[in-house]
Amino acid sequence: MVRILGFLVGLGFVGVAAWSLLWGAIAYISEPPAETVEHRFHEHPRDISFSFDGPFGRYNAQQLQRGFQVYKEVCAACHGLHYVAFRDLHDLGYSEAEVRAIADQWQIQVPSINPDTGEPAARNAIPADRFPNPYANETAARAANNNALPPDLSLIVKAREGGAPYMASLLTGYQDPPGNLPAENRPGTGLHYNPYFANLNIAMPPPITADGQVTYADGTQATREQMAEDVSAFLAWAAEPKADQRKNMGIVVVLFLLIATILGRMAYKNVWYGPKREDEAVQAAE
Amino acid sequence: MSFPWAKHYEPKHPLMRWMDERLPLPRLAYNAVGPGYPVPRNLNSFWNFGVLAGLALVIQIVTGIVLAMHYNANADTAFASTEHIMRNVNSGWFLRYLHANGASFFFVVVYIHIFRGIYYGSYKAPREMVWMLGLVIFLLMMATAFMGYVLPWGQMSFWGAQVITGLFGAIPLVGEPIQTWLVGGFAPDQATLTRFFSLHYLLPFVIAGVVILHIWALHIPGSGNPTGVDVKSPQDTVPFHPYYTAKDGWFAGAALTVLALFVFFMPNALGHADNYIPANPLATPAHIVPEWYFWPFYAILRAFTFDFILPAKLWGVLAMFGSILLLFFLPWLDKSPVRSGSYRPTFRIFFWVWLLMLAVLFYCGGMPAEEPYVMMSQVATMYYFAFFLIILPILSMVERTLPLPTSISESVLHGKTTDAAPTGALQPAAAE
Repeated sequence: MVRILGFLVGLGFVGVAAWSLLWGAIAYISEPPAETVEHRFHEHPRDISFSFDGPFGRYNAQQLQRGFQVYKEVCAACHGLHYVAFRDLHDLGYSEAEVRAIADQWQIQVPSINPDTGEPAARNAIPADRFPNPYANETAARAANNNALPPDLSLIVKAREGGAPYMASLLTGYQDPPGNLPAENRPGTGLHYNPYFANLNIAMPPPITADGQVTYADGTQATREQMAEDVSAFLAWAAEPKADQRKNMGIVVVLFLLIATILGRMAYKNVWYGPKREDEAVQAAE
Repeated sequence: MSFPWAKHYEPKHPLMRWMDERLPLPRLAYNAVGPGYPVPRNLNSFWNFGVLAGLALVIQIVTGIVLAMHYNANADTAFASTEHIMRNVNSGWFLRYLHANGASFFFVVVYIHIFRGIYYGSYKAPREMVWMLGLVIFLLMMATAFMGYVLPWGQMSFWGAQVITGLFGAIPLVGEPIQTWLVGGFAPDQATLTRFFSLHYLLPFVIAGVVILHIWALHIPGSGNPTGVDVKSPQDTVPFHPYYTAKDGWFAGAALTVLALFVFFMPNALGHADNYIPANPLATPAHIVPEWYFWPFYAILRAFTFDFILPAKLWGVLAMFGSILLLFFLPWLDKSPVRSGSYRPTFRIFFWVWLLMLAVLFYCGGMPAEEPYVMMSQVATMYYFAFFLIILPILSMVERTLPLPTSISESVLHGKTTDAAPTGALQPAAAE
């Protein structure tokens, strides 16, 4: 009974799936799906290597400081870094006093209240504060940016396929739209053509426009590529500040587990030696 | 039950004797996973995955309990509390990555455990209850994993919850009220998040309870083995401890090494970038995909694209649930008296094609709902249902099976090295 019912149910599902397949195949043959414009013009991130690639790669504090400088002087005007605190900048190699100075002199003040009247006020940041948002709220952000919302950058490297190489490619990827781009895919008002962006047109104006836009404190030549890579490295750190710690711990854990596994395997061989020897004895006797 | 030659627990220390007369917990352990449980001596490495699944459950419960101490089940702060765990809680990143990748580890292990069961006919008499309880565990795991993925309240969390609860909306007449009742509103929101958190904390303990039943049911007939031949004499078995504790021990070490490689060096490889964007009910992601372990079922869901009497969406939902529910009937669909696929040459071919088709479903489920992926998943879906509901019942009536070894010990001494040798290195002796 189960098998008869099962047989009928099976025939039902197979039949309906076949019916769907038939119509799908007819549609596929009569109207082969055309490649979308986005797909044709979209470019994959450039192959950029970073110091923190792979299990043995680590962040380069020098590069993170440069990237932080680019964030501070270029990105921070519109983009927040909400999940990162000033105190986290110790990871970049800044001293206690330097972190306090960076927080105190940060261009955006932290919302606060007047201790006497309770009126809204603002104060300078301290190391325990997180990076203050450049806009009071989403409406203010959209009003200032042609109705586009600049995303918070704390997690941007983990929140986009392609990670840091994608970020660096995007920042240097602005160009004039190719001549054969269909009119409906051309950038409208307030949009900019960038083939690394999924739908080709991004609302963010080119942030890195010229070599030397930032004067690096460590004297590194601030080419456009250099600034894009540095700020991408900084944002990778902002998204995953514990990555170095994680990889260091990982090497120890994997070594420990390998040794434990080898010892366990030897113990197993030892335990099973008895039955194996008995079997050989039986076979030899036959 | 146990075999008559099973070792008997005899406490020697006065304290253990005192304990044994009052609460015989050591006796229970001795008979369940100690020297008192005789196990076929010819188990291959696929029999290690049950213990690994138990280990995965323990990892998930331990890390999950600590994560819950820091997590905030509130739609406004859930995402931020997850980032708090990643950045400010001591080793919080380790706990969260271990929990997230531990879920994938759990599913890999359980899938292999299930494939083992299908290939070697582990579902057949007298182990039907073991099989069905295992499927209950699998269903509970899927529910738990789905609700856990919603908790960080990222974009995929939110939209995944929207799509999966939306499946219930496909049920005629009562679908929409059921969906509203499950979600606690018209779209996932605070009420959804808190109930999912509550259930996500509860279900692992329900799983642990069903695991106990699963092991209990297993210990009535005892473990199966790669030949599918019943245990006949003391020569066929070895005590669980130390033989299989030693084997499980080193195997668990190897499996944990693989897990550690993911946790420490590619913790986000199995996740989706969009879940690092906070949930936004107003912005739909370009491609909504569930976690990889749901891909085959997601592919089956999307394979039904044309109405046939019932709406296509309802066919998809029925097929998706049906693809798992039919497994409960497997012991009665496949009536072949031979358990092991090693002695069923025709079954073996159909089995490997089934596994290939499942791989196709895995692949297509992670892809966007476009051609040619939809057509590929339609072919694979047809085979999936045909294999269980049409091929197996007919095959079990007409198949010519290979001669079985007379006993396990005979197969160990004379059989094929792949299936029979407990150490994997046993060769027929030169004297033969």
